[in-house]
Amino acid sequence: MNRRLQAPEKVTDFRILRPQGAHTLACGLNAPLTVRIAGHVGYYCAGMNKQATVIIEGNAGAGVAENMMSGTVRVTGDASQSAGATAHGGLLVVEGNAAARCGISLKGADIVVFGDVGHMSMFMAQRGRLVVFGDAGEALGDSIYEARIYVRGKADKLGADCVQKDMRDEHRDELRELLAAAGAPEVNLDDFKRYGSVRQLYHFNIDNAGAY
Amino acid sequence: MCGIVGLFLKNETWRQQLGALFSPMLIEMTDRGPDSAGVAVYHAHTADGGKVTCVHPDAAFDWAVLVARAQAQIGAEIVVRQRGSHTVLKTADAVALADFLRADCPQIDIVGVGDVIEIYKETGLPAHVCESFGVAGMAGTHAIGHTRMATESAVTTAGSHPFSTGYDLCLVHNGSLSNHNRLREKLTAHEGVVFKTENDTEVGAAYIASRLQAGRSLHQALEDSLNDLDGFFTFVAGTGGGFAVLRDPIACKPAVLAETDDYVAFGSEFRALSSLPNIDSAKLWEPEPAVVYSWEGQAA
Amino acid sequence: MSDNWSLKESHTFNRRIIDDIRRAAKTGLYRIRGGGAKRAVPSFDDLVFLGASMSRYPLEGYREHCGTEVTLGARYAKKPVRLKIPITIAGMSFGSLSANAKEALGRGASAMGTSTTTGDGGMTTEEREHSQILVYQYLPSRYGMNPDDLRRADAIEVVVGQGAKPGGGGMLLGQKISARVAQMRDLPEGIDQRSACRHPDWTGPDDLAIKIRELREITAWEKPIYVKCGASRPYYDTLLAVKAGADVVVMDGMQGGTAATQEVFIEHVGIPTLAAVRQAVAALKEANMHRTVQLVVAGGIRSGSDVAKALAMGADAVSVGTAALIAIGDNAPQYDEEYQALGSAAGFWEDYQDGTDPAGITTQDAELMKRVNPEAAGRRLANYLRVLTMEAQTLARANGKSHVHNLEPEDLAAVTVEAAAMAGVPLAGTNWVPGS
Repeated sequence: MNRRLQAPEKVTDFRILRPQGAHTLACGLNAPLTVRIAGHVGYYCAGMNKQATVIIEGNAGAGVAENMMSGTVRVTGDASQSAGATAHGGLLVVEGNAAARCGISLKGADIVVFGDVGHMSMFMAQRGRLVVFGDAGEALGDSIYEARIYVRGKADKLGADCVQKDMRDEHRDELRELLAAAGAPEVNLDDFKRYGSVRQLYHFNIDNAGAY
Repeated sequence: MCGIVGLFLKNETWRQQLGALFSPMLIEMTDRGPDSAGVAVYHAHTADGGKVTCVHPDAAFDWAVLVARAQAQIGAEIVVRQRGSHTVLKTADAVALADFLRADCPQIDIVGVGDVIEIYKETGLPAHVCESFGVAGMAGTHAIGHTRMATESAVTTAGSHPFSTGYDLCLVHNGSLSNHNRLREKLTAHEGVVFKTENDTEVGAAYIASRLQAGRSLHQALEDSLNDLDGFFTFVAGTGGGFAVLRDPIACKPAVLAETDDYVAFGSEFRALSSLPNIDSAKLWEPEPAVVYSWEGQAA
Repeated sequence: MSDNWSLKESHTFNRRIIDDIRRAAKTGLYRIRGGGAKRAVPSFDDLVFLGASMSRYPLEGYREHCGTEVTLGARYAKKPVRLKIPITIAGMSFGSLSANAKEALGRGASAMGTSTTTGDGGMTTEEREHSQILVYQYLPSRYGMNPDDLRRADAIEVVVGQGAKPGGGGMLLGQKISARVAQMRDLPEGIDQRSACRHPDWTGPDDLAIKIRELREITAWEKPIYVKCGASRPYYDTLLAVKAGADVVVMDGMQGGTAATQEVFIEHVGIPTLAAVRQAVAALKEANMHRTVQLVVAGGIRSGSDVAKALAMGADAVSVGTAALIAIGDNAPQYDEEYQALGSAAGFWEDYQDGTDPAGITTQDAELMKRVNPEAAGRRLANYLRVLTMEAQTLARANGKSHVHNLEPEDLAAVTVEAAAMAGVPLAGTNWVPGS
């Protein structure tokens, strides 16, 4: 099935029925297709996606849209751990909750989660943006580089080198665009707080040794 | 490193179908654990005592003589039932029977002792293991199963999960403990636990048994394990009356829970649950790290 | 150094140790360096070949054929890798090495019909162009990872660990994060880059099995999948890599190098290559997969005798890293003065993390890297690989083998008890294998 999706002829709309939690569905796509998956999927669904729109009508297993390059992946239910891990581009929308390590080592993609995210989300995230409507678990943004995080709910346990930052107009604009792209419900932008790197771990300093 | 499944029935009228619902769950986890598989099946409580599940290394062993000797020794009737390579001995006092067997016939491997627990485990693919024990035909209140990809201990029946080190207790594990060697020593030295394998999970099971022995509930015993066990683990534990789930604080190993009015089900991956009735309308979630989830059913 | 012969240096607190303590007290930092373990450990040098005489007949050197080709990855991959020699170039990143150095490795390896390997930093165009056969590493950091390069690769190496630091992550200090390196890794320029020790989306062999399946799905089941482990528990790790679906297992002993890590890791974690080969082969045999899943051994391979001995113990191929760098000019005596100015000397330079390498190899300095002429350096690497191959063939012929893979452990004896115990071959002149 992945072979067919990876080399599509003429047809650009696909529907996968009864996925039953199968792994590696719709991974490695590289065409402007729309793939709807009617049900829960296993690990690495839409892994390394380029261009395609993949809609999972259910929950996703570990590493959904991992290393995505472009395109859109939408999960109507919950996403398991490492959602959007190392993704370089594109947009991942999780309508439910995302578990631990959401956006780990993110390299430029955008992730919008309508629910909560688990612990160690955005660990070592380099570039890209994460928006969370609900709460963020422990150690949010630990060792984060230049990625940005917006959280509407509680984010009171930040990781090393991650701090709350001012919301300026440019950030409100950015957030507005992300929410529009994600088709998110109407909310007050002022409810969000912004988090990012305080850049103290950028160069090894003995006084920060405890944070390594 | 492995696959775990568990099914705890809330609806009493489903008990006859426990095995039929459970065996496809276990077989679905073959990829995660092709080396061996095992199940702990909990039967409904009856008034007539307990049972010992055991394995004799000689498949053709004639139990009649041993059973006669045991009956004379413990002064109670013993009913023998063979299931695949395992033998279940039913009697009024299962602990006394197990003690007799250990002393009289040490080559017998006792895999489970309790009022309601029966444990079946074997090397080989899960489908083969289910078939050889007739798991699909089993009735009961809850069942826990495991498919194993052995990491650092041998692929043997004894090294297969579930591990049972206490009355009606069983533990299955996905992950790898990093402080089991010292804990094993401590449990051996201070509590006289006799270990049968080098397996880290057996130590985990013995630890939980020792906490239960100390008067802790299953829920509390698992909470204690967060302080005393190091490494990576997703645990599913069963007792005569209950069923509990715990993941370590880092929570790398996968876990999915499902609950309906009729059952609670656990799977390492969702696909293990996909064959259950009404799964589409079940409440589905991933257990949070370092949070114990437990369900109590029939009175223990 | 004092020439007062009445002074007695402490073994416990010798000059080096005193220097280490003083350095730690002064800086408050642990020592970070490149390279591999410098301590003496039992090695292939402690083994000898028996050769042929009366009971076995040797092959004529030069005239009688002795094959060296090896196929890697035929277990599942539709397009296995076919090498002309059983010696490959180990993974070293663009970032830790200059682009010119990477190109030189590609040129040298291609001239000999063998493969090079990317590293923690993605695939460069130069590297792809100049490497006939290129293995693409899949690492925890996933810097520059993308599906197009994955498909452009000839094989994929999932890196679980490396011999210099099993269980540790990587680091690349700010001095080496040039604009180009920063862009390839999506990092700000000039900052210290930290790499994770675990992969971001899987842990353990059961999940690795699914990850390998994903990589195969994305590459249409064409590419061989290697799994590389640092030698720590090689028996179990090899068995588990096989169970997880690897086509090839790469086992890297503690002598294997790194671009930069804590010295305490380099010297004190992992086991010697010699010990690791034997356990990895035992695991492949246990799984009935020896020669079906290939074993590539790395970590301190320097000579044709190292190659031949590793193959005799059951490896299918070896990888060279440090030796390849030396071949292309690392630590060259012509730069001795400059090495000395950096507080080192030619032959001792190991501060690969500093990016100041006078030889222009472990640097991103635009001027320094010009010192590596990729063509000339590539030729030197090809020469070196040719010598390793000829030496290995010489030893194989001397043992009566028409292919280097027909060398066997029974062709070996050990000259030390330690090596006999680790390699599982008899102590020379006896039938005694310690521990058996």
